[in-house]
Amino acid sequence: MYAFDIEMPTRLEQVIEALKDDENQVLAGGQTLIPTLKARLAVPGKLISLSRIEQLKQIAIDDNSVRIGACTTHASVATGVTNFPALAALAGQIGDPAVRNRGTIGGSLANNDPSACYPAAALACGATIVTDRREIDADNYFQGMFETALEEGELITELRFSVPLQASYQKFAQPASRFALVGVFVARYADGVRVAVTGASEEGVFRWGEAEQALNGDFSVASLDGLSLSAEGMLSDVHGSAAYRAHLVKVMTQRAVADIT
Amino acid sequence: MKTINMIVNGRPVSQTVADNRLLVDFLRSDLQLTGTHVGCDTSQCGACVVHVDGKAVKSCTMFAVEADGSEVTSIEGIAEPDGTLSPVQQAFQDYHGLQCGFCTPGMVMSATALLAAHPTPSETEIREYLEGNICRCTGYHNIIKAVLAASGQDVSALPAE
Repeated sequence: MYAFDIEMPTRLEQVIEALKDDENQVLAGGQTLIPTLKARLAVPGKLISLSRIEQLKQIAIDDNSVRIGACTTHASVATGVTNFPALAALAGQIGDPAVRNRGTIGGSLANNDPSACYPAAALACGATIVTDRREIDADNYFQGMFETALEEGELITELRFSVPLQASYQKFAQPASRFALVGVFVARYADGVRVAVTGASEEGVFRWGEAEQALNGDFSVASLDGLSLSAEGMLSDVHGSAAYRAHLVKVMTQRAVADIT
Repeated sequence: MKTINMIVNGRPVSQTVADNRLLVDFLRSDLQLTGTHVGCDTSQCGACVVHVDGKAVKSCTMFAVEADGSEVTSIEGIAEPDGTLSPVQQAFQDYHGLQCGFCTPGMVMSATALLAAHPTPSETEIREYLEGNICRCTGYHNIIKAVLAASGQDVSALPAE
């Protein structure tokens, strides 16, 4: 690693002030950033650690919503989000237990890895990404592989989910990395069904509109039978071809619907 | 450079480290606690698992300064002070849960964290919990057996392979 300093502020305002310097990089759980630093793919002047900002680690639950501090670990979401079992289950399947004890929901959403799990939940639930300066609707937040609506120095502080009537996340894990080869989150709300897909597209997480339409007409596995997704624009690598991933999207969507019907 | 204070294996430690010092390098090079291993250095293999405030973490993917003020337990802190092996360590010996031994410190630390949270895990739960610990020798089977035995459960029900 290159040499760099780490600041350990105790107040959120200090973090926000420090991030005005574009040489500085925020450090959350570090489960992606630290390997990136080791590979010298990032060269920050200084890391600003969030580890002492307690207000970013709170989970607030009420009847039909949950607010999760950006620095809440996957392990804490898995055990602490008791009113939204599908989200807790998603968090409990990320990486491995040691990774889940460090990695954070805000870090995952800020990074927007095209195979990460949380983006599928955020997009399927129309979550609100709260930052130090505004609230961003999930539909406007994800802008392609590793691209988000976040501005330079903008910090995610909280994620707000309204809890669906029913939901399921089905992940076909790539067994070595435990990222999603394809992951599908189906969320059913009073005003409609939303289907978000991660791991499949070159553009990162996306909503599968045709499946949403079909499920809004008839919420059943069979309603998806006639659909198919084009392999064009799908990721293709040694673990799975574009056509394979396109096929998996439908399979995982059907499994998610089967899980809740 | 920062001066950090932590309790490591029950002993208070105070030392000045470079900001980018990884926790694993602090343990191995600065404290000479070389039982914690570096296998992949990319947080895949789990040979470097230690406990920070009771939670299993990959010490190759955490900075030492972030453990400032914490209680850290490494493999050296698992046995009793008189050298009596912990139940997990003893079970690894009894059930031949290792061959070359390189992954063993991480396996023992992960298994110990599992049993602290779930005293009687099923075989499936053990396998899932050890997903982040890679062993290239054993085929895992005897490791699973050892953890099951350490939890006081009957291992004879496990298939032979």
